[in-house]
Amino acid sequence: MSAGMPFYVSPEQLMKDRADFARKGIARGRAVLVVQYDAGIAFVAENPSRALHKVSEIYDRIAFAAVGKYPEFENLRVAGVRYADLRGYSYDRSDVTARGLANAYAQTLGTVFTQESKPYEVEIVVAEVGDTADGDQVYRLTYDGSVADEHGFVAMGGGAEQIEAGLREGWRPGMHLAAVLGLAVPLLGADPAGGEARTLSPDQLEVAVLDRHRPRRRFRRVQGELLERLLSSDDPTEDAPAGDDDSARSESTNPQTQRDEDGRPG
Amino acid sequence: MTRGADAGRLPSAFLAPGSSSFSDFLGAHAPDLLPGRRPVPSGPVTEAPHGTTIVTVTFDGGVVMAGDRRATMGNVIANRDMEKVFATDEFSLVGIAGTAGLAIELVRLFQVELEHYEKIEGTLMSLEGKANRLATMIRGNLGMAMQGLAVVPMFAGYDLGGATGRIFSYDVTGGCYEEHDHHSVGSGSLFARGALKKLFRRGMTADEAVRVAVEALYDAADDDSATGGPDVGRRIWPTVGVVDAEGTRFVPSDDVAPVVDAIIGDRAAAEGGAR
Repeated sequence: MSAGMPFYVSPEQLMKDRADFARKGIARGRAVLVVQYDAGIAFVAENPSRALHKVSEIYDRIAFAAVGKYPEFENLRVAGVRYADLRGYSYDRSDVTARGLANAYAQTLGTVFTQESKPYEVEIVVAEVGDTADGDQVYRLTYDGSVADEHGFVAMGGGAEQIEAGLREGWRPGMHLAAVLGLAVPLLGADPAGGEARTLSPDQLEVAVLDRHRPRRRFRRVQGELLERLLSSDDPTEDAPAGDDDSARSESTNPQTQRDEDGRPG
Repeated sequence: MTRGADAGRLPSAFLAPGSSSFSDFLGAHAPDLLPGRRPVPSGPVTEAPHGTTIVTVTFDGGVVMAGDRRATMGNVIANRDMEKVFATDEFSLVGIAGTAGLAIELVRLFQVELEHYEKIEGTLMSLEGKANRLATMIRGNLGMAMQGLAVVPMFAGYDLGGATGRIFSYDVTGGCYEEHDHHSVGSGSLFARGALKKLFRRGMTADEAVRVAVEALYDAADDDSATGGPDVGRRIWPTVGVVDAEGTRFVPSDDVAPVVDAIIGDRAAAEGGAR
């Protein structure tokens, strides 16, 4: 065999090596949980950074959560926002769906996995909140572009298996937000290796919701005092209020659909 | 790579790092969707519906924008209940005068532009930033404007830094000018401005500013045939938007009606309808 001639590697071995590589990268990061609750879908992550988000808004009803290499999933997030805004602009806001976006991500991740020099070390969730819990859609996408349609809850990243086992035990349909956080946060703090569990404070957490009762843009970050109240066991707060907010995003901003049901503007 | 090999995959333009501007992205990826990139028609000007008068009035801690509901095409009333004041994001409003079709497309693009920036950057654009983005978009329409299809919007927003309402006006070449206290654009604007000068005073409440804006529109409709007055028969009132620290909201029709009734009552009570 002359120098420079590559060794033969079977396709099976090549794919397995790539998958192992991606899986290792993903398992190193802290976990993100996506959990359905009575008023929508909650996203809970351990993330001390206020600037680098693991959970973000994509469109009116759609959010994005990811674990793995930040530059890679940030790239996918931006692509998702562009995809959604372009689609909503050229068709209508109601034509932007999580299913369409999940498909585009799946094709992208699949192509990168087989054709690029290294696969993306990411795992992502694309979630869309419906008018009822039955209408909620949660898609989990892995590094090779596989898509799974999930119901109830998803955990991704380091210790995901133990966290999912904990969720399987404790999660029930129709839980309110405070109960879901009460279940999710201790699971995030548990040590997968069996060591001592950590207690995560609100400023170590990134929490967001897709709240089906909010008008138009359903995505909302839950932070500061509200998050403290939701996490505190002796505070009666059970849910993020739908109305009062730091922001007044109540109006539709599409000129064609700016009126409410009574035909009045706004 | 051929298209067949990665059909369904997000095109590389989507994954390219760079701009947080939606219109820049459109310019690179789908230029045919940008209003300013279409070929300018030559020959005689086509008749298209025109929107007419927009009035903006500042008050203590915010700004009110009101627009009449009429669109005209020559001597014909093309639409009698059109909306010409739009919420562009949480803290801004835009009102349109000029060619209605192009103006609404511009507003739609501007709305996506602001929301796109907010999602990608994770923060709101500054008020000046928004005013400048709108100027860039109007500049893109210059070719159409030269053909008589001009778009002349007015932009108003709440400045989170200064805790005040601010007004920006534009010309067809994309010039952006900050206006103080009050302003009006459109065919009835000369009459509306005259009324505003007499009715406006500093330190008004939001409700007082709504009354001033609606009354200025009433005066515009009085003397400009293209501006629609309050349609008492059909109960069609001006669109009135308010921006303050609470965000953007529209005054519901049920709250505009008594304001209009009060103005009509005051005019009827005065000798010769003047005030």
